[in-house]
Amino acid sequence: MPSVMLRKNEDGQITFYVAKKDLEETIVSLEFDTPTKWGGDIELSDGSKYYIEPCEEPKYPVTVRFKRERV
Amino acid sequence: MTVMTREQTEALIQEVLEVYPEQAKKDRSKHLAVNDPSLEKSNKCITSNKKSLPGVMTIRGCAYAGSKGVVWGPIKDMIHISHGPVGCGQYSRAGRRNYYVGTTGINTYGTMNFTSDFQEKDIVFGGDKKLDKLISEIDLLFPLNKGITIQSECPIGLIGDDIEAIAKKKGKELSKPVVPVRCEGFRGVSQSLGHHIANDAVRDWVLGARDEDNSFQTTPYDVAVIGDYNIGGDAWASRTLLEEMGLRVVAQWSGDGTIAEMELTPKVKLNLLHCYRSMNYISRHMEEKYGIPWVEYNFFGPTKIAESLRKIASYFDDSIKAGAERVIAKYTAEMEPVIAKYRPRLEGKRVMLYVGGLRPRHTIGAYEDLGMEVIGAGYEFGHNDDYDRTMKEMGDATLLYDDVTGYEFEEFVKKMKPDLIGSGIKEKYIFQKMGIPFRQMHSWDYSGPYHGYDGFAIFARDMDMTLNNPCWNKMNAPWKKSEAGEQKAAVSAA
Ligand code: SF4
Repeated sequence: MPSVMLRKNEDGQITFYVAKKDLEETIVSLEFDTPTKWGGDIELSDGSKYYIEPCEEPKYPVTVRFKRERV
Repeated sequence: MTVMTREQTEALIQEVLEVYPEQAKKDRSKHLAVNDPSLEKSNKCITSNKKSLPGVMTIRGCAYAGSKGVVWGPIKDMIHISHGPVGCGQYSRAGRRNYYVGTTGINTYGTMNFTSDFQEKDIVFGGDKKLDKLISEIDLLFPLNKGITIQSECPIGLIGDDIEAIAKKKGKELSKPVVPVRCEGFRGVSQSLGHHIANDAVRDWVLGARDEDNSFQTTPYDVAVIGDYNIGGDAWASRTLLEEMGLRVVAQWSGDGTIAEMELTPKVKLNLLHCYRSMNYISRHMEEKYGIPWVEYNFFGPTKIAESLRKIASYFDDSIKAGAERVIAKYTAEMEPVIAKYRPRLEGKRVMLYVGGLRPRHTIGAYEDLGMEVIGAGYEFGHNDDYDRTMKEMGDATLLYDDVTGYEFEEFVKKMKPDLIGSGIKEKYIFQKMGIPFRQMHSWDYSGPYHGYDGFAIFARDMDMTLNNPCWNKMNAPWKKSEAGEQKAAVSAA
């Protein structure tokens, strides 16, 4: 369960940053993408997949915990 | 030699890798790459921030160097204890040239070395008591210090001393910040983790100090300069430009910086981040906790400075935007004669760089302003995100080398024959003896500043002075001259 910092970049995409892993990618797809229900399965620009229990869309930037999905 | 093609560069990498044993070759090949500026992500072509191979010559430092030497060391009104044996601090003392104002030993301590000087008995019985006593002594002898940091060297982590407990106790006793930093040298693969640990210590022990206190008079134009270490006066040359365009610089991190400035940083409107590598962590933290946006900028060379000033101004109102234009117009006029003088002398010269946190990419623009071309670049301790940013700046099919070994660097230079190399003191004399002009790009070779417009004028002069120095055609003894002349002719004919 890596701790992930999410922030909006200059182009308005959400970046997914894990300092420990040296990982900085953008989120390319979200299972749920509404202000009240947000999250679920997500995919990053490098193709890796993570999961977060659907919740309200957070205010960026924010640090949250994601589950890594085994492929 | 003219510009190399992609195939030639690839062939060169293969040729250099040839001497390694199978495993080492496999490992090193991931760290050497041919640049492709169209790629968005560097991890497709280069690996970085990995442990150096045993047996090769690397020039990386340790986590202690990253914290004490880079991030904390320049905070001038604090005393930084190199906690552990005497050598780590003494041999790195005052080497980074971060300038500051103040009277050393009275109210500033930048170039001094404080150490707990561990002996055998401290290792056996623990050094906490000694540290406790040492901090009291420091405060007695240097009463104007504004705080103390404890920079752990390797043994502290090994023997398991509880420096956090001592820090808390002494902090209360002295009513000053006493900050423990767990930056033991063995942590991580290079000094880079030391930066991160130091950032985390700032976050946990310093940043929140004035959260409840609103007595500081803020303005809508408050900014902080983050990640400028004032090497040769760099931060001063940057600061004047920002102030001229109407901003108020509240804090400098950490060149010529103070603990009070650090504590006030959460009150600013925008963080300006120069060295992304060493201080992105704290900028991200401030964005999350205090909602302060951060913006990366580059103050090397007129082109990049103008771009950066406009980018910074875009976060503010029209008066700042007009201020930026005014500054750019004023200095562009001043820079014209500089470029007119040096560009003809440097045009077309090719440069190879191998430096630390930001310079392999940030200085490219300054070289280009002088008509020079960077044909190879690499970082000692860069991460993927550094290479992401570098690949866009570099030309197609140029060479990238991560944590390059002594052998590889020499071979690359022999084959690519650059006109100038920019790297550190450990490389300087090897390449000078090979007859290649060289500038130290960590310490600015005892010159500087290189940031800002004023800095660019010095940068241009220094590059000219180095490259066109008459000594380079005196590399051979006079009685071997004719032979050398022939050799030269043969080379240029080939
Ligand atoms: S690696 Fe350890 S012993 Fe060596 S300089 Fe760094 S802190 Fe000191």
